[in-house]
Amino acid sequence: MSAHVEMRDLRVAFPSPRGPVEVVHGVSFTLGAEKLGIVGESGSGKSVTARAILKLLPRAATISATRLTFDGIDVLGASERQMRAIRGKRAGLILQDPKYALNPVMTAGAQIAEAWRVHHRGSARQARAAAIDLLAQVRIRDPGRVAALYPHELSGGMGQRVMIAMMLAPDPELLIADEPTSALDATVQAEILRLIEDLVARRGMGLILISHDLPLVSHFCDRVMVMYAGRVMEELRAANLSAAQHPYTRGLLDCLPSLIHPKDRLSVLKRDPAWEG
Amino acid sequence: MSDLSTPLSGNAAGLRAWLLSETPDSRRQAAWGRSYRGWLNFRRNPLGMAGLIIVLALLVLSLAAPLLTWQSPDVQHLAQRLAPPSAAHWLGTDELGRDLYTRLLFGGRITLGMVVAVVVLVAPLGLVVGAVSGYLGGMTDRIMMRVTDIFLSIPQLILALAFVAALKPGISSAVIAIALTSWPPIARLARADALTVRANDYIAAVKLAGASPARIIFRHILPLCLPSVIVRITLDMSGIILTAAGLGFLGMGAQPPMPEWGTMIASTRGYILEQWWVPTIPGLAILIASLAFNLLGDGLRDVLDPKQS
Amino acid sequence: MKRVRTLAGALASVPITLFGLVLITFVIGRVVPIDPVVAIVGDHAPPEVIARVRAELGLDRPLPVQFLIYVKNLLHGDLGRSVMTSHRVTTDIAQYFPATIELATAAIILALLVGIPAGVLAASRQGSRLDHIVRVLSIGGQSVPVFVLGMIFLLIFYVKLGIAPGTGQQNVLYEGMVPHITGMHVIDAALTGQWDAFWDGLAHLALPALVLAYFSLGYITRMTRAYMIDALKGEYIITARAKGLSGARILWRHAFGNISVGLITVIALAYANLLSGAVLTETVFSWPGLGLYLTVSLLNADMNAVLGATLVVGLVYIGLNLIADLAYRLFDPRVR
Repeated sequence: MSAHVEMRDLRVAFPSPRGPVEVVHGVSFTLGAEKLGIVGESGSGKSVTARAILKLLPRAATISATRLTFDGIDVLGASERQMRAIRGKRAGLILQDPKYALNPVMTAGAQIAEAWRVHHRGSARQARAAAIDLLAQVRIRDPGRVAALYPHELSGGMGQRVMIAMMLAPDPELLIADEPTSALDATVQAEILRLIEDLVARRGMGLILISHDLPLVSHFCDRVMVMYAGRVMEELRAANLSAAQHPYTRGLLDCLPSLIHPKDRLSVLKRDPAWEG
Repeated sequence: MSDLSTPLSGNAAGLRAWLLSETPDSRRQAAWGRSYRGWLNFRRNPLGMAGLIIVLALLVLSLAAPLLTWQSPDVQHLAQRLAPPSAAHWLGTDELGRDLYTRLLFGGRITLGMVVAVVVLVAPLGLVVGAVSGYLGGMTDRIMMRVTDIFLSIPQLILALAFVAALKPGISSAVIAIALTSWPPIARLARADALTVRANDYIAAVKLAGASPARIIFRHILPLCLPSVIVRITLDMSGIILTAAGLGFLGMGAQPPMPEWGTMIASTRGYILEQWWVPTIPGLAILIASLAFNLLGDGLRDVLDPKQS
Repeated sequence: MKRVRTLAGALASVPITLFGLVLITFVIGRVVPIDPVVAIVGDHAPPEVIARVRAELGLDRPLPVQFLIYVKNLLHGDLGRSVMTSHRVTTDIAQYFPATIELATAAIILALLVGIPAGVLAASRQGSRLDHIVRVLSIGGQSVPVFVLGMIFLLIFYVKLGIAPGTGQQNVLYEGMVPHITGMHVIDAALTGQWDAFWDGLAHLALPALVLAYFSLGYITRMTRAYMIDALKGEYIITARAKGLSGARILWRHAFGNISVGLITVIALAYANLLSGAVLTETVFSWPGLGLYLTVSLLNADMNAVLGATLVVGLVYIGLNLIADLAYRLFDPRVR
């Protein structure tokens, strides 16, 4: 299978009163039907990099790359109409907090049905049935009732399931999950991740999982890309994480408490200005 | 800028650096720096700048009115009534042969004077009522907000008309009536700000330090309500101008022969068909003045109160 | 049950506001320098007549008692008599108010048809040339004195171009031919099938309605734009884009869908403010509405009429706010 996404030297800049500020400085990677984790602190450019694949950045942003393709389609050269055929239909995006990411004045069912209808031909009734079926697929117990609820009536975990159902509705080939569990309770986090993992495996989708949590990402993904200040520090197979070379990755790993090798004092990450250069 | 007694104030580049310093040495420097940055932002807004320049021009023209004309606003030349604009009468004359240009200048004094009077009455009242109500909450808040609700339950112009009718038409009645009807929105705004400020941790800290409610309200709450109130009042000034002119037009504001713009239109509107410029010129004056305050307020809003725009 | 409670919450504040409104009109009525008794019986009436009328009106009683009498009369629908027309004020208001409603409604429809799309489009292209034009035009609408605009419109469209009829509600030809059913001339003409009178009425309505519409257009456009800019910043807009929806659907279904309930409040307020604008517009266009009635009463120091009209406008204002509040509580799922 050919690479879903190919990115060469992506640069993203935002305007500011003192001229454009570049937040992503030349990121490159390729992605096949696999699970890629992007790890970094807030502000490391991981979300911006992932959203650039779907050209979902604010209009003010300037994006450039020597190559940015989705399944061979040139994303930067694509029209808004061509992008709409990719968004949702071929690649879905799950955002962090369902409280803000779901439309507060539409029912869960209506939002899922809408996603289904944009990319399938079908009646309103079929769309509704599809929505309820999708809610069942994301393991919501009473899908008919939940479909009629508004986002503020859903718990965080339920909201995120609705979000996932909505993004699965058009049967995408790639799922981008941008910190999908950071806004949820710790107990719910694992359930949602297991759900995503399960659905990705069953449907043979590619996955980009964005997180600040290195162990979590390495546990779920095949490959891990570590970002810092708009640059890729290191890219490695998740299984080889313990063999990480880059001092930043090492530093992140050393900050973690361990039950096997307990330490009196956790080490603190020392940042090298050279990483930004 | 005489109170900038820093060693740097002598040279412009040094002053700029002092103002834009990321690490101010004193509270005063931080405050001046913030205003300067606001000004730099404001200067980039062409519409806001246009508003500011027109407002300043109106102020200068009205204050210097006696110096800018050699005629009197009240002297009648019945032989030259309704004359079109000419070298002798730049904007022509009105129905009693008075020089329109002169009357317009002196009318500016009345209009701006009314605006200033209303603002002086309304701003402190609205600010204090709002801040006290928002900070204290509870019963005080409920009663005060009910009172503002009641005043807000009648359109401003109509309430002002009823007040003026009761008081007897004239400038001071008009000012009182407009003031009575324009404080409630300001109080509401200040209250909304006070409510958000009140929830901040540093207010809790000040309270723990033993500050009295009065001190908290006047030192800590009021200053933070100020930006949105300033924006609101600037935008309201245009409304005050329109209401004052409207009262004048209906014969309930300034009385003839005062050269108030609305009153001038009322007494000459019969000439709209033949000498259309006679009532139209004061109309344009009202439009320009109210537009200028709206543009200024709009520009200020972008700088002082980004969340509102 | 929950819904009943939220509705009750909206209604609870109404009586207090109403009481305040009545108190304000009462107080205004008592501070008038004109003696209401002299206004009725005239300057030259003998003292015993003045004393008798004063007692009849209850004006010799203490103020709180007078207030109770005032409230009692109001509850019986009695606003007193107009000195000017010598009719009951309620009769006069029933006569004149429909014309104002007709004018204000026509104006708000025009303002909404233009203002909402303009605000939505300006917000969707924030910072573009279109946005700047909309911004300047809406600031202009809030800056222009309606009576000046009315005069200039009359000058251009009636005097110079001759494409609009002059002032008033109808051509003298149709005077007295259209019966008073709803009181709204155009609707009455349509109801009785007098199509000539209908078109004539519509033509007379056009100019004052346009002037009034521009007055609230600025406000509506501005608020729509501000709400839309806020809504478009929402995360759910990114979600909607990620779903592959079209720009128009994102704009209208998702962003506008979120602000439409909030806009009801704006529209109610705009409509209520049109009643203010109507006072000036009606004076310029000799439109036989409540505004004209109010100004003429003012000039004649006819306090019963002035206070009656003020009270009625206040009632409408409170009613509109209540409707907006109820609509908000009924239609916004976040409140429900």
